[in-house]
Amino acid sequence: MTTASAKPVAKKKNFRGVVVIKHDTCKGCGFCVEFCPLGALELDKGYNAKGYHPPYLAKPELCNGCDMCGLYCPDFAIFGYREKLEEAAAA
Amino acid sequence: MSQATVEADVLQTAGKGVRENPVDKYLRMERMPTIWCPGCGIGTTVNCFSRALDDSGFDLDKVAIVSGIGCTGRVAGYLKLDSFHTTHGRAIPFATGLKLANPELKVVVYSGDGDLSAIGGNHLFHAARRNADLLVVCVNNFTYGMTGGQVTPTTPYPAIASTTPYGAYEETFNLPHVVASAGATYVARWTAYHVRQLAKTMGEALGKKGFRFIEIIAPCPTLYLRRNRLGEGLEEMKFYKEKSVIKNGADPKDVGLDYREEIVVGKFVDIERPTLEESMEKRMREALGAKYVPYQQPGKMSPRS
Amino acid sequence: MSNAQSSGTLTGSHYLDGDHACSEGAIAAGCRFASGYPITPSTEVVERLSQRFPQCGGRFQQFEDELAASIALQGAAWGGAKAITVTSGPGFSLMMEHIGLAAITETPCVFVNVQRAGPSTGLPTQPAQGDMMQARFGSHGDYRLITLCPNSPQESFDLTVEAFNMSEEYRVPVIVMLDEVVGHMTEKVVIPPADQIKVTERRWTRKKPGEYKPFDANGALVPDMVKAGDGYRIHVTGLTHDDRGYPNMTVPAHEKMQLRLQDKILKNVDSIVRYEASDLAGAEVVVVSYGITSRIAQKSIQMAKDAGLKVGSFRLITAWPFPEKQIAELSRKVKAFVVPELNLGQMVLEVERVAAGRCRTIAVPHVGGTVHDPEQIFKKIQEAVR
Repeated sequence: MTTASAKPVAKKKNFRGVVVIKHDTCKGCGFCVEFCPLGALELDKGYNAKGYHPPYLAKPELCNGCDMCGLYCPDFAIFGYREKLEEAAAA
Repeated sequence: MSQATVEADVLQTAGKGVRENPVDKYLRMERMPTIWCPGCGIGTTVNCFSRALDDSGFDLDKVAIVSGIGCTGRVAGYLKLDSFHTTHGRAIPFATGLKLANPELKVVVYSGDGDLSAIGGNHLFHAARRNADLLVVCVNNFTYGMTGGQVTPTTPYPAIASTTPYGAYEETFNLPHVVASAGATYVARWTAYHVRQLAKTMGEALGKKGFRFIEIIAPCPTLYLRRNRLGEGLEEMKFYKEKSVIKNGADPKDVGLDYREEIVVGKFVDIERPTLEESMEKRMREALGAKYVPYQQPGKMSPRS
Repeated sequence: MSNAQSSGTLTGSHYLDGDHACSEGAIAAGCRFASGYPITPSTEVVERLSQRFPQCGGRFQQFEDELAASIALQGAAWGGAKAITVTSGPGFSLMMEHIGLAAITETPCVFVNVQRAGPSTGLPTQPAQGDMMQARFGSHGDYRLITLCPNSPQESFDLTVEAFNMSEEYRVPVIVMLDEVVGHMTEKVVIPPADQIKVTERRWTRKKPGEYKPFDANGALVPDMVKAGDGYRIHVTGLTHDDRGYPNMTVPAHEKMQLRLQDKILKNVDSIVRYEASDLAGAEVVVVSYGITSRIAQKSIQMAKDAGLKVGSFRLITAWPFPEKQIAELSRKVKAFVVPELNLGQMVLEVERVAAGRCRTIAVPHVGGTVHDPEQIFKKIQEAVR
């Protein structure tokens, strides 16, 4: 699941963060949620097929695509990247 | 967007198109998910290693990985490199033979604390002494995880393990001190929390020569943490954050680990001295002069006609 | 099939002992990596390699123990080199785990055991043939290897070359079983010019990265080989694995793998088995022997012939796989087999098993420490004829 906000990260910035999550690979360890520097992730109340709670981008407007979530993930189930807004709008 | 049941793997484009995780190309994706437990730190170290490979610009056909037996030993099976899952404790001599026979390769040994310092201890010390040209990544989770959580040479007093049900009672190895005093030329320690520093250190170490050793303190939630009632992997990662102290250049003899005490991390040793091959070649040249016929890198494979 | 690398092959007529001849055999076969650890009476093999290799482009590394030596040569093999390690009884026992690893990973490499009297430290400088069953069954689990038994320094040279060839042909570790006498006896060894020595090259694959699977025999029995560094991104594991080399720890995968590993040797047994036989026609008794004992047996057989007895000789050159067909056939024709060995009965068990009661099997055991007196074997031949 890829999620992002329609709005930019901050008023003057022209990019936003995009997070891609592989729900069924996630084992619900919670590292990404804890170590997101912006606190943009939370664990979903719902379950994936294995019974774990994967993350979701609870506050997409905060995500700046730093990919700390991706760096921490022991299961390679999440990563983030930055996207310029004009390109996003053009797509 | 919380839902009662999350849909499985629906990839919506949110811009230019669906991207794949940049580390996927370093992994044998057909073998995912990994066998590691939720909250296990090994996967995080592999993530950092993949980033280090990505940033390095090395020809990855020439990077080979050798592991021993244990949870960390499974790393070789997941990385998409020439990979060798050998016997318990013996990844280092296998790697030494591999490197001596094929000097072009960059050889990485990836294994756990029990594999490398108990059964593999002898080989660890000798490879450090010889300055064998290997990068050894030691994931230290203070236990033999795969076999159910037994005591290892790094399990601190008085932690509970399945073979020390009343608490570990032996003195432990301070691994950076042990390998540094045996002759390692690059010694560092991080925890699984220090992802950025770890990826950077791994990248730096990959580019160097000689016996390089990186110890990574990582959680084993199912065994070490559970038996000692230390919470889940996440709690342990927070503990690393709280208790770690970065002391680059610290004397390795001062970085021993006590149970639940301060964890000194950083780069401790970074020196140069001739590698095993360099010493070997130098001696042969000096002794044999023109009679010396150097070992030749194996050439292209030529299939039988 | 190509010929030995001419640089290094010590062409000419020499006086060498078995250990030294073995080193030269390795060099002539194209071996350029050796790992080792000192142990009597094998040390001379690596001593010579340590001296010769730097003059012919090889690398020898003495390791900290036989555990390291027995896996380092496998790393070297996967790096693309022909590799050898050398030991004796106590070291052979230490190497057992890694012999099993080489078997399951199908790593072409050569292990040499210059046998001495055991068990344990035993008689370090004295001969025995007490490791023969260990060569077959020493590692845990089921596996099949090839084991060669030279009976002279010349054969130590020839069979070491053969060992490398067989290891490349069948992608299997091959064990050369000398004994202390063969290892330390000095005889004439003729080493032909390099282009006259048959050397089997590694079965490098024709497949490209992405197509190649390290344990896929493509419907045959022996998979092709690659080396690390060529972009194949292989995975090699000691766990039970599938054709891709990935761990597959299920019963069907284990069965498939195990049966192919067994068939690799058993279905090729006619090409692998080597023996030297004489005077079998009309023989009442056949003396089955190997290694140094076969030299003493020659004398005993002569004594028996001089006494008018009809005796033949069957010398095992490959002890494993055991020449079942040939022994079974002979068991239908002879009164008895006489099996002298420098042990308390090892290969004789195979002879007896294969003879299946069709004839008598008479052991001539000897604890080792020295060789048989020809008289001992002669007496048993006389008994056998009665």
